[in-house]
Amino acid sequence: MITRGFSGPRNKKISDDGRLPPGQSLTTGFPVLTSGPTPKVELDSWKFSIKLGVKPIQSWDWNSFNQLPQSSLVTDIHCVTTWSKFDTKWQGVMVDDLLSAAGYELDSLPTRFVLAHSVDGYSTNLPIADLIRGKAMIATHFDELPLTSEHGGPARLLVPHLYLWKSAKWANALQFTEKDVAGFWETRGYHMRGDPFKEERYGG
Amino acid sequence: MVDKSTLIDHSIGTSSIWKPATIASLEKLTKRIMRVKLSTDEWKPAVAGQHIDVRLTAEDGYQAQRSYSLLSTVEEIGSYEIAIEYLTDGEVSSYFHENAQVGDSVEVLGPNGGHFIWNSVNTSPVLLIGGGSGVVPLLSIVEEKTNSESSTPMSLLYGVRFLEDIIYHQHLNELTERHESLSVNFSLSRETTVPSLPQYHPGYIHESLIRQAQKHLTNNDPIECYVCGNNGFVESMTTLLQERGMDNIRTERFGE
Ligand SMILES: Cc1cc2nc3c(=O)[nH]c(=O)nc-3n(C[C@H](O)[C@H](O)[C@H](O)COP(=O)(O)OP(=O)(O)OC[C@H]3O[C@@H](n4cnc5c(N)ncnc54)[C@H](O)[C@@H]3O)c2cc1C
Repeated sequence: MITRGFSGPRNKKISDDGRLPPGQSLTTGFPVLTSGPTPKVELDSWKFSIKLGVKPIQSWDWNSFNQLPQSSLVTDIHCVTTWSKFDTKWQGVMVDDLLSAAGYELDSLPTRFVLAHSVDGYSTNLPIADLIRGKAMIATHFDELPLTSEHGGPARLLVPHLYLWKSAKWANALQFTEKDVAGFWETRGYHMRGDPFKEERYGG
Repeated sequence: MVDKSTLIDHSIGTSSIWKPATIASLEKLTKRIMRVKLSTDEWKPAVAGQHIDVRLTAEDGYQAQRSYSLLSTVEEIGSYEIAIEYLTDGEVSSYFHENAQVGDSVEVLGPNGGHFIWNSVNTSPVLLIGGGSGVVPLLSIVEEKTNSESSTPMSLLYGVRFLEDIIYHQHLNELTERHESLSVNFSLSRETTVPSLPQYHPGYIHESLIRQAQKHLTNNDPIECYVCGNNGFVESMTTLLQERGMDNIRTERFGE
């Protein structure tokens, strides 16, 4: 269905190499999308935990978390509100390294699903397969600088191959769950998985 | 009228299928804001605060899609009303302001959104704070309240630059006269001739306005806040609210 009178962007910058998912447009800025106010997180009381159901498995304070192996990731990111940003640069701890520091083997993880939690009560659900083998990190730096609170600092989950609402800001826990339990946006009509290349924006 | 309480309880009316729609009317509400009515055969009722996605397709197949909040959710069956602010070089907004004509074809998805919504069965007092076009979903919430004759206390703080930028200016003043539980205040950041009536205030939305709204909203329940606008606006408003002890805050951010 053609929209008469619409000729596309004035200064065409469409990438045809398949990097831009359908329905997305490129931005050079870094828009913010959050369901509530930006929480201020103190590093002194900051804690990150891995849980199996309600059982705590391992937790780190800010110092011990920063002792974990550090990795960098240059990647494209995609927000469900239709902007994408190419070649963003992140640093932090790969979920793989976090899990192994918690004593897990990637081949024998306790369940197939996790909920990522945030200090403000936000949560989002993911298959664990979307977080491991180099796919995701707990990011503490963006563009060589400590992550600002607006963008989820001091630490956020980063799962770049899924829409950004899956990359929980102000992350403080990963919780293994038996089933795929809908998180905050997922119970409010957003898709359970959120693959931008399949345009999995809304559920139902 | 459609019974929307069932929508809230169940799937909150989400939809993931693009539907053909045509532009049924285009009307400038202010210098920079265009009201667009889109009609579609596959219409679904919406909850106040929800948005639809609109997709445009160029002849060469290029597509652009953007989200727009519904300006009204009590409109006639079969059409959606949105209000689009003109942005210089904005791909989609400039199409609607400069090229669109009644009868043009677009596609719509939704209505969607299950967080920034309000239903008249709610009785907690409500504080709505909108900057510029960020007022759009709040206007649909105000309309939901007045239309349903709900007595829930509600206060709208509406920030714009100039008097002439206010959407539904006259209408909002009339509504506050007719509905005792509704108050509306305007903050005019650039206006040089601010009317000397109690609902008009020079400058940005500041602490004393929020304090005043808090007074209007006293019943025993905690105040539910809805803040919408660009990111800078939302950040400064949520900070003010938290300083005043309000932390039940929903936000919607339209841009940087
Ligand atoms: C849930 C939700 C609800 C919304 N509701 C509304 C609503 O009710 N009303 C409304 O008006 N908007 C609303 N928006 C915003 C809307 O979706 C669009 O983002 C907005 O209309 C701008 O789209 P555009 O295509 O016109 O601009 P875009 O082309 O996306 O450009 C966005 C901005 O970038 C600037 N820009 C464009 N190209 C460049 C460039 N090359 N270099 C530098 N700057 C550039 C433009 O001038 C513009 O300011 C909503 C957004 C969300 C997420």
